[in-house]
Amino acid sequence: MINNILPYLVVSGLLFAIGFAVVVSKKNLILMLMGVELMLNAVNVNFAAFSKFDPDPVKGQMFSIFVMIIAAAEIAVGLAIVLKIRRHYHEIDPEKLNNLRD
Amino acid sequence: MTEQLITDLVFWLFCLITVSGAVYVLLSNHVLYAAYGLLVTFLGVAGIFVFASAEFVSAAQIMIYIGGILVLLVFGIMLSSRRKAGIDHLKVENAPRGTGILIAGLLGTMLILLASRLSFSSDATGQWLAIKSLGFSLMTTYVVILEVVGMLLLMALIGATYLAKDDQ
Repeated sequence: MINNILPYLVVSGLLFAIGFAVVVSKKNLILMLMGVELMLNAVNVNFAAFSKFDPDPVKGQMFSIFVMIIAAAEIAVGLAIVLKIRRHYHEIDPEKLNNLRD
Repeated sequence: MTEQLITDLVFWLFCLITVSGAVYVLLSNHVLYAAYGLLVTFLGVAGIFVFASAEFVSAAQIMIYIGGILVLLVFGIMLSSRRKAGIDHLKVENAPRGTGILIAGLLGTMLILLASRLSFSSDATGQWLAIKSLGFSLMTTYVVILEVVGMLLLMALIGATYLAKDDQ
C-alpha cells in the first residue's frame, strides 16, 4: 500500500484543509501562523511523495527542504510582527486590529 | 507478507498521528495546547517522510520545524500572552466557524477526490536515496538557490530581530 501514491495525497489534502480551517476560524494571530505552517507541511508531504516515484528523487526533496527554510524565515518575521502588534494594540485578535491610528 | 503488513500498519499509524494532531490544533481552545498538537503533527509528518524514502528531509523536518519553528512559536506565545487583569490570554475564541469549516471541508474533499481520480505511474523506484547524492546536488546543481535562500534567511532573521526590539 505504501508503494501507492494515493495515501500520501490523502493525508496531504486533509492536512491542507485542516490548516486552512485553522487559518480562517481562529481569532488569534499565532494560531493563524500555525495554520499556515500546517499548510506548508502538507505541500512538503506532496513534494516528498512525488519524489518517491520520480526517477530522480533529488528534485522533489530539494523543493521540500527549501520550502522548510522559507517557512522558518516566514515564521520568524511573522512572530516579530505579532509581538510588535501585541505591544502596540495589547491584543492579538485580528478582529480588533482595525484602527490605523491611536 | 507479515513484514508488509507491519509496514502498512506503521505507515497508517503515522498518518493517524499527523491528522489527529492537526485536528487537535483545530479544536483546541488554548494556544499552548495547540502548539503541542502541532508538535505531534510535525513528528507524524517526519515519519511519513521516512516512508517516502526522504530520510534527510525527515531529519530536517525534525530539526527545522520542531527544533526551530515550534520553539519560536512557543516563545511567541509566552511573550505575547502576558496575563493582565485576570484575563487569560492563552484562551482563544473561535470565529463563527460555519462558513470557514464548510469551505475547508469542500477543499479537502475536492483535493482527495481529484487525487483519487488521477492515475500516476506508481511503480516506486524503490531506491533509498543516499544522502550523499542529495548533498552533492545541493553543493553543485542547486548551490545558487542555496546561497540565495541562506541570504534570505539571514535577512529575515535580522529583520525579525529589528522588528521585535523594544523601542521606547
